[in-house]
Amino acid sequence: MKPIRRRTLADHARGFLRDWSLPRQLRGESPYSDAAKSTGSAKLRPRLEEADKVGTNICPYCAVGCAQLMYAKDGTLIHVEGDPRSPINQGTLCPKGAATFGWLTSELRMSKVLYRAPHADRWEEKPLDWAMDRIAHLAKRTRDETFVHKLPDGTVVNHTLGMASLGGATLDNEENYLIKKLFSGGLGMVWIENQARV
Amino acid sequence: MPQWDLANADCILVMGSNMAENHPIAFRFALQAKQKGATLIHADPRFTRTSALADIHAPIRAGTDIAFLGGIIRHILENDLWFKDYALNYTNLATIIEDAFEDPSQNDGKFSGWDEAKKSYSYESWQYKGEFVPSSLAEHFVNTTESFSDQTKRLQQGPTPKDETLQHPNCVYQILKRHFAPYTPEMVERVTGCPKETFVKVADALARASGREKTGTICYAVGWTHHSTGVQMIRAAAIIQLLLGNVGRPGGGILALRGHSSIQGSTDIPTLYNLLPGYLPQPHGLKPHHSLQDYIDHETTPTGWWHNFPKYIVSLLRAWYGEAGMKENGWGFEWLPKIMGDHSQNPMTLAIEDGLIKGLFLLGQNPAVGGSNAALVQKALGKLDWMVVTDFTETETASFWYKGKPVQAGELAPKDIKTEVFLLPTSLAGEKAGTFTNTHRLIQWHDKVVDGPGDGRSDLWFVYHLGRRLKELYRSSADPRDLPIRYLTWDYPVEGEREEPDAEAVLREINGYTWPDRQQIADFKDLKDDGTTACGCWIYTGVFPKNDHNQARSRKPDGPDGPGTHLGWGFAWPSNRRTLVNRASADPAGKPWSERKKLAWWDAEKGEWDGYDQVDFSTEKAPDYTPDWSKEPAGMDALSGTDPFIMISDGRGALFVPSGLKDGPLPTHYEPVESPVRNPLYGQQHNPTAKIWDRPDNPVHVPEDPRYPHVLTTYRLTEHHSGGTPTRSVASTAELQPEGFSEIAPELAKELGIENLDWVVLSTPRGEVETRALVTERLQPFRIDGRLVHQIGMPWHFGWNGYATGDIANVLTAIVGDPNTGMHENKALTCNLRKGRLDRPQNGG
Repeated sequence: MKPIRRRTLADHARGFLRDWSLPRQLRGESPYSDAAKSTGSAKLRPRLEEADKVGTNICPYCAVGCAQLMYAKDGTLIHVEGDPRSPINQGTLCPKGAATFGWLTSELRMSKVLYRAPHADRWEEKPLDWAMDRIAHLAKRTRDETFVHKLPDGTVVNHTLGMASLGGATLDNEENYLIKKLFSGGLGMVWIENQARV
Repeated sequence: MPQWDLANADCILVMGSNMAENHPIAFRFALQAKQKGATLIHADPRFTRTSALADIHAPIRAGTDIAFLGGIIRHILENDLWFKDYALNYTNLATIIEDAFEDPSQNDGKFSGWDEAKKSYSYESWQYKGEFVPSSLAEHFVNTTESFSDQTKRLQQGPTPKDETLQHPNCVYQILKRHFAPYTPEMVERVTGCPKETFVKVADALARASGREKTGTICYAVGWTHHSTGVQMIRAAAIIQLLLGNVGRPGGGILALRGHSSIQGSTDIPTLYNLLPGYLPQPHGLKPHHSLQDYIDHETTPTGWWHNFPKYIVSLLRAWYGEAGMKENGWGFEWLPKIMGDHSQNPMTLAIEDGLIKGLFLLGQNPAVGGSNAALVQKALGKLDWMVVTDFTETETASFWYKGKPVQAGELAPKDIKTEVFLLPTSLAGEKAGTFTNTHRLIQWHDKVVDGPGDGRSDLWFVYHLGRRLKELYRSSADPRDLPIRYLTWDYPVEGEREEPDAEAVLREINGYTWPDRQQIADFKDLKDDGTTACGCWIYTGVFPKNDHNQARSRKPDGPDGPGTHLGWGFAWPSNRRTLVNRASADPAGKPWSERKKLAWWDAEKGEWDGYDQVDFSTEKAPDYTPDWSKEPAGMDALSGTDPFIMISDGRGALFVPSGLKDGPLPTHYEPVESPVRNPLYGQQHNPTAKIWDRPDNPVHVPEDPRYPHVLTTYRLTEHHSGGTPTRSVASTAELQPEGFSEIAPELAKELGIENLDWVVLSTPRGEVETRALVTERLQPFRIDGRLVHQIGMPWHFGWNGYATGDIANVLTAIVGDPNTGMHENKALTCNLRKGRLDRPQNGG
């Protein structure tokens, strides 16, 4: 094992003289480029040098619509920052937007489906496919039990009042579109709402 | 208006919003305007960072905004400060209203047409004299004694009745003057508590930023919408802006500061009960919507842009039901479910509690925290047979069955709760591709950069694969009621091992294409009502104009030399227009009002409109065009070259709204449903049409109830987001605001012996919460009719899950709402306050 040698006063002095910018500036080197270099600065690397992927994102919190840049390495998110090109945020983010990386990487995120059986006192983990099949079965059962084709006066209504959906203001337009299309146009649900009202 | 356009304003009024703290990035543009000399005003019950950065802070009692804004309208009219060339030409100021119209000042607070038995208005007496004007909202149909088409077709027979001299006693100008006459500076002070000198300073500052050379903006947020008079607060702002000539012009307008990343998108492509995509009305079981023809007959307006309505509904039906839709079956119109009444979130809570609703999907919403009367919400969830929650972490709603209030209080145990609960992990933006629509209608694409964790999937994946399974389950059904799900088009390509649906394929359908050869359509003018086009949301046409061109992906901002409309950045619906009604940025002759406020203009040589923005008008309609009434013109042909409001039947800015509002054609001050004082302006105490579900599990108390003497307002914090899940579960934001609290004025704290950081209990007839006291001068009491009225503020983000916790403020609020939107009244109610803690097991009780 290599013995540890503490830096002596002479080492510090040599280091200082080597990195001292003033003599180089007096020799005519620019204080903004060559004369600004030091042993420390030579070791600096770009913060995102190792990113192998960058994408544009839109801040997932409020409706101002700040643009973000997202960097990943080997399929793992490594950094999120404001997109300087955006005419809305010009690279800035607020405390929530700046927490986007923390949101995506939060230790409280789930990665498994949790299921609570009727009257049970605990969650259990379930396979995603099982849950999707069960949900489809329940949705069909409730729809079939509650569907109204016609009112007593003969008016065709083709609806069910027995199922509801809540949410959408945090989702993509494409997601809202499929929710409305399936739940309203396909299943006949009328209780479809989100955080907005008009 | 685009948020960046705020920087062009000469005066900005922020009201019903704490913009500096809740929309800080947009607030930068307000500060840029201030640096250039604009006056920045904040009218708000609390003194916040927005107030601190404003030139004027006008303190007002929560829920009295219409009294304040009505005072400004009166000030503008009485002192003749309105922009005459604009308001006379572009609004319905000169239009004459029916003789039978009566104002609340004549009627003890109600308009004419009130039906006491039905607790609602009929709209006949609010109409233009001799004409019937359909609503310009999503529901154009107005219930009248005469048939809809007979009534409204008079709009095609000649110009609306006007008196350009403004002398007719029932012209809108005279009605406005009479309606707002009682809103004097003295009355403003008496109702709102704002000193009249401060009020007059605000009114004058706004009026100064008006005319050819100047414009002003009004910014609002949920501080306006969360009231039983929320829509009329925004209407009052619209009246001010129309009188001052501030609509459709650079630095002018009303900016709604909305709160979720795609809350605008989820309104345009609505996961809402009463709308179909593009603001088409959902068919109604109690309206004449029996067939497609009935529906079109009763929802198509004879004049204005909405005359194109049939093209949009037929193209939507084609997109949804594909080749199963034929002319003979109304393109499948009958398969659309019909609504029966109000199916919004407030009555939804009660329908769950009452056992009507058996299954619930919760797709990124947390009603156990965000819903009004939150303890009732938590109790009601136990009545469901099943509930599916898709979220990134366990929400309060998902955990109601073992952590909810009834369980914590020992009233119920998990074994008593039958609900079958699924909690599915989701992917977040960055882990899925798609578009958000921001608060100024800007559609922006976001990329997928990484995968979601484990079984985390997008909601697009969830809905697509649920739909695929359901279609399979119904595949062999012969029952006619199963035709809609069987015929629903659902052929989206999937990608990768996870079989993620292609979001661009969905966006292409939203944009619209020709049928059956699927060529993208670039402009909604090309949509047809004959089944040859399919379009999921007509106002989004142009976002994907060619098969390989996704305009929402475009990232080309303007450079420093302008023009600053940034037409190459994303896509703003409709047709990439950044400022709506921008024809009004030019004078009636088509010339910009001034060089300084130039946006759109008529190019006489080319014979078309030009501008820095896409022009929101018929491109080739000359300013001197007048309809040829002998031909009974329809649609846009019935609007003249000086009618800029093309979505409204007469093309004029609606100072007075004849149809579409359930609580009156003009804003009127009513007290919040729960108020500590009597309405000083009228005998009518609160909005007579307010939605109040007063029942034993949602009790509401009468005004001046001595048990609940203080005003309570709920609000948000910079570091937290809505129901709190996306910030209370994140370390950095939770550390910045780690627990719940309420803000109390020093005078009230002293009176009740409360020190800063003491535990206090807040109570209303719905429930009680305990929280820490933050004693601060940011809240000030008001002297109303000689009485001292205190206000208490409480952030509503907190709940029991995540790193940052606190009692749920919405346990205090009531299921009470605005008559037009059903939006809850959570910004102004009343409560009691005491020092101490609740009797809970964890408190040693």
